Amino acid sequence: MSAIPGNTPAAKAIHLRIRRQDRPDSTHYWQDFKLGYEPDHNVVSALLALRADPVTVAGARVEPVAWEHNCMEEVCGACAMLINGVPKPACSALVDQLAQPIVLEPLPKFPVVRDLIVDRSRIDDGFRRVKAWIDIDGPWDIHEGAPRISQRQWSESYLYSRCMSCGCCMAACPQFGPHADFMGPAPLAQVRLMNAHPTGRYDKADRLHAIVAEGGLSDCGNAQNCVRVCPKAIPLTSAIGELGRQATLQALRDLLG
Amino acid sequence: MTERGGAIVIGGGLGGLWATLTIANASFPVQLFSLFEVRRSHSVCAQGGINAVLDTKGQHDSVQQHIIDTIKGGEYLANQPPIKSMCESAPGLIRTFDRMGVTFSRTAEGLLDQRLFGGVKNKRTCFAGASTGQQLLYGVDQQVRRLESLGQVTKREWWEFLELLKDDAGCCRGILAMNLRSLEVRAFAAEVVVLATGGFGQIYAPNTTTSTNCTGAAASRCYQQGARFANAELFQFHPTAMIGRDKTRLMSEAARGEGGRIWVPRTPDDQRAARRIPEAERFYFLEEMFPSYGNTVARDEASRAIWRVTRQMGLGLRGTDRVYLDLTHLDRALVSTRLGAILDIYRKFAGVDPLDEPMEIFPAAHYPMGGLWVDFERDPDGGMVSESPRNHATSIPGLYACGECDYAYHGANRLGANSLLSASFSGRVAGTSAVCYLRGLGSGHARLRQHDIDRAIARQASQNERLMRSDGPESPFEIHRALGELMTAKVGVVRANPELEVALEELRELDARLGRIRLGDTKDWANQPLSFARQLRDMIRLGTVVTQSALARDECRGAHYKPEFKLSIPEGKFPGDPEFEDYRARWQANNARWLKTTIAEHRPEGPKIDFEPVDTSLYPPVNPRDYR
Repeated sequence: MSAIPGNTPAAKAIHLRIRRQDRPDSTHYWQDFKLGYEPDHNVVSALLALRADPVTVAGARVEPVAWEHNCMEEVCGACAMLINGVPKPACSALVDQLAQPIVLEPLPKFPVVRDLIVDRSRIDDGFRRVKAWIDIDGPWDIHEGAPRISQRQWSESYLYSRCMSCGCCMAACPQFGPHADFMGPAPLAQVRLMNAHPTGRYDKADRLHAIVAEGGLSDCGNAQNCVRVCPKAIPLTSAIGELGRQATLQALRDLLG
Repeated sequence: MTERGGAIVIGGGLGGLWATLTIANASFPVQLFSLFEVRRSHSVCAQGGINAVLDTKGQHDSVQQHIIDTIKGGEYLANQPPIKSMCESAPGLIRTFDRMGVTFSRTAEGLLDQRLFGGVKNKRTCFAGASTGQQLLYGVDQQVRRLESLGQVTKREWWEFLELLKDDAGCCRGILAMNLRSLEVRAFAAEVVVLATGGFGQIYAPNTTTSTNCTGAAASRCYQQGARFANAELFQFHPTAMIGRDKTRLMSEAARGEGGRIWVPRTPDDQRAARRIPEAERFYFLEEMFPSYGNTVARDEASRAIWRVTRQMGLGLRGTDRVYLDLTHLDRALVSTRLGAILDIYRKFAGVDPLDEPMEIFPAAHYPMGGLWVDFERDPDGGMVSESPRNHATSIPGLYACGECDYAYHGANRLGANSLLSASFSGRVAGTSAVCYLRGLGSGHARLRQHDIDRAIARQASQNERLMRSDGPESPFEIHRALGELMTAKVGVVRANPELEVALEELRELDARLGRIRLGDTKDWANQPLSFARQLRDMIRLGTVVTQSALARDECRGAHYKPEFKLSIPEGKFPGDPEFEDYRARWQANNARWLKTTIAEHRPEGPKIDFEPVDTSLYPPVNPRDYR
């Protein structure tokens, strides 16, 4: 691994600069912390160590930093935050691979709850708008499964089904935010997933109508930030491109009745 | 008080979502409580798969064999009727998940693929890449969203369950919960409550594969309010976990199922890189110790073998608590497809590629087989009655439990890929039972009294205020670390009574220390230390139940291992040999004494331990488990 500035062995400390905010309506402020260097620290483990003894470099004992964490295996999506300016899950952000001071900020675009916790309910709103589910008769056994799915189609769909709704793609998207109605890349990718399923496609037209409405597909500015920051390497821009083609065909179908 | 009938489900993992779905589909309103957004529940961490007999691999697999494997894997400690029903329902559950759109991996013919998993000989495990739990959870989550959009489910995310509300007859009639942002404590009424709050691996932190929210606090709170807790001493240690500073990350059993081999250098403290050690100088100890199962031997055997090789034989890598889990001899493309998530996790968190270098692993606290005691109603065929208000009922009327927080299916040890199955199945059963209970409720039942509710809210609120003002010398986070160290060292893979006695004493000290903390956060908004300190008290109490139960069981069974009471299979002797028959007789005598469910009941002075018989009516224990 290439040398990263600020990570000289002599430093033997991890320097965290954290943007803090007590309440949704209060102003933010910055605090700096140093803790003992360990080679296997990631940002969550560093924050866990810090919360036991939260003393700033100025020597003030402060309240522990609030942040979300759960699985710490980059599969629950809880701990996403802005790390050195990049939205990413904190659990897989290895301290050894980050320039110091490590600057931690809440995931942008979403309202701050406290410190590094944000309210990501807009992701849920998006899922609801696009009907990100498959309509089944009921959760009982009907003695058959879904129709067969080829390995090729499976491997394409599986890419999208790994979205953990961490919100990184939305945070990086210039079109998404409090200023706009754009639903963002994650819900759109779910449309791509559901429309490909052999029975999910029965509601394809509904979903396409939902994403050609205001705040949908046409608000994508093709900045391609989303695909660059997605921790699961989900081909979000391919999904959006494909949905554009599906939507065009749907418009033709609507026109021709 | 939020006046509302219907059901409350606490916990939005696989079990809770299935219960929610089942109750809402029967047209009863459901309020779903979760500490966080339900999609982030710990179910997402299950990587490897879910068992169901589909018999599509030319191996003549049968539901019967699945039942037997589950019973034997649990060393007969689970009641057999629920197991029978679970295994019989598994194929139907898989078909339902498939219809929900779960991205199960496929064969070339487009059918559900199945793989081999630990503790069994047939390919019986459905999987979705290497993120099966995540995919299953999302499948049910999407269905619950659909019902939410129709107004049949109300989600209450960011609310923490604090206590049960019981009427004069002792029936559960609602809950008190705390909003994790505003810290408001509020009462929510319901006619039935389903608890689906997962396991409690955090009492072993950081030596656990579980998520940070798996504290067991909710189950502990129900226990402290009178719910019986069963088989608490049975805690599975996953043999193959990657040691980390914050947690120990699971390397799925699928790694062994797909052909991964576990080994150490034959020479202690061998400093050579793994690839420079010739085949002849490698000790593939699972293959030598368990010739017929090899690397896919059950988890408890694997964990103890690793413990023996590192702690007793001194063969741990570079003298540490680590052994190799090697995938480097396997086809790279196949491994990448089948075990992608494991590879990603190891690369991400260790900075090493397991396709090039063997992984370094050690056992970690993974899954409690024990949990809240739940009932079942046996049908004449030996399974569970398909619709009964008794199934999954706790000892508190009106309170049901399902998923990892109950004790029902895994006996003394759980088979790999049976946890996603039991979580899903039990969630559905608990939901069905809650519906039966709701339908059977008369109109003349007792009601909660408002002044009792007000008093309970005031008590909880004053506890919050006391904690926020606390200014003692102790840190709750340090106490949690001490708890994890204590449980790992003294109530872990190997246990001894004198150490368990000491552990009980130390747990009492931790409880006392918790009374002298400084919370360090006085804010009345999104106060995380407040919630954590409250949970810690309940974790320590649960740790005491585990330890007291472990002390009471003087035998080796499944994951509970006390060498002092070990019955060993005579080496080189097989059924028919007098030595083996003598061993069988001792094994049967041991069963007569110890093949019983441990029941803990809360008392002010500590857990009161009793035993109750196990229903072994389908496959009585005649043959000891023999993995040679």
